[in-house]
Amino acid sequence: MSTTYNLTTPLSDEDVNKLKSGDIVYLSGTIFTARDAAHKRLVDLLDAGKELPFDIKGAIIYFVGPTPPKPGDPIGSAGPTTSYRMDSYSPRLIAEGLKGMIGKGKRNKDVTDACQEHKAVYFGATGGAGALLGKQIVSAEVIAYEELGPEAVRKLEVVDFPVTVVNDTYGADLYKIGRAQYEVK
Amino acid sequence: MREIAYEEIVKNVRDIIVYSASNLPEDALNAMKNAYENEKSPVSKEVLKQLLENADIASSEKRPLCQDTGLAVFFVKIGADVKVVGGLLKDAINEGTEKGYVEGYLRASTCHPFTRANNKDTVGYNLPAIIHLDIVEGDKIDIEYAAKGGGSENVSRARVFPPAAGKEGVIEYVKECISDAGPNPCPPLTVGVGIGGTFEKAVISSKHALFRDIGSKNEDPEMDELEGVILKELNKLGIGTMGMGGTETVLAVHIESNPCHIASLPVSVNVQCHSSRHTHITL
Ligand code: SF4
Repeated sequence: MSTTYNLTTPLSDEDVNKLKSGDIVYLSGTIFTARDAAHKRLVDLLDAGKELPFDIKGAIIYFVGPTPPKPGDPIGSAGPTTSYRMDSYSPRLIAEGLKGMIGKGKRNKDVTDACQEHKAVYFGATGGAGALLGKQIVSAEVIAYEELGPEAVRKLEVVDFPVTVVNDTYGADLYKIGRAQYEVK
Repeated sequence: MREIAYEEIVKNVRDIIVYSASNLPEDALNAMKNAYENEKSPVSKEVLKQLLENADIASSEKRPLCQDTGLAVFFVKIGADVKVVGGLLKDAINEGTEKGYVEGYLRASTCHPFTRANNKDTVGYNLPAIIHLDIVEGDKIDIEYAAKGGGSENVSRARVFPPAAGKEGVIEYVKECISDAGPNPCPPLTVGVGIGGTFEKAVISSKHALFRDIGSKNEDPEMDELEGVILKELNKLGIGTMGMGGTETVLAVHIESNPCHIASLPVSVNVQCHSSRHTHITL
């Protein structure tokens, strides 16, 4: 029932519409990082009618605050952070054309509704697999808010970055489906 | 009176911090391997495999297991017959912490509670460490250390129940906590439960319970039995690895209990993720 896809960014409506909760996707191309503090600033820019530091159309945002790179490495360990802290900001970015988010943990209804309405998906990456995931990132460059340290916005080039579709564009939620299968009442 | 040099403490603290960031301790690794063997859900099994691979990569390439290298938490017992020379014990632990986080390329995760500004420039790198001190007999310093990540800390909770809540109340409370947490704290988990004492005693006990080796027995037979009961209940929740659904949601439940006031039954639940980076040294 789970299908495996290889996708390259930016993502189109067609790309995301074929994905179903539980599908495994290997992502390649450019993705952007942002955590709570950066999200707040991005939404403030939109409110002020200003331009974002990157093109949001078709983009994927990865919720991550990596460890500092060792000399010679593009990035340190880089697994996902818990996504609900971005719930109040994500719908706004989705409405602007964001097509994918990568994190871990549940999203609220506003986010999943926005995913359905504007065709976007929420991917789960394996929390705590920072060493393994960091290796799929071939380059990293801070493009905004350097003063936020680990929370700065980075542009990452990834190759075959493994994620699972948690919330698809049809309203399904892998966390609910998976748990219901194994829950003993 | 035995003397221990300030610098020796700094060095040892630095070393355990760097080592723990990329080497999952044996008890946690074994528990994860058991979970992999026993997991019924193919999806969770696949994710567990990824986590075991991650542990391999982390230790062989000396990369942090997780990008959240935590706040540094210490439980320290200092023998009454030890004197630290050259500075204060607390300063030595903080200095060792800063050195470990800087030299190990670990993430500084401390910030101001409201401005959220990283404290790096004002108080140092990932400082202050969280230190619980106790004075005991003897001429040694015993240091238990854990890196505590935010994801699992954020789902932790505490409450003072009326005594009538009893064991049933405790079981229900822990169940509710883990059920509400779902995928967020990065299961499979270790669940620390502090029972009794005062409000803060229960909370500190639930934290300290996470430092115990996974798979070890509780010295109190009644609590040991209760640990087994709660573990079974929690694994019925079906949350699985990273919330993908499955049978192995919790690796262990650890209880620390204390006598409490006749009017109250404090209970605290502190959650640790699968990346249970903890260690123990004696100087
Ligand atoms: S909960 Fe643990 S494994 Fe998950 S991101 Fe935080 S520190 Fe890492």
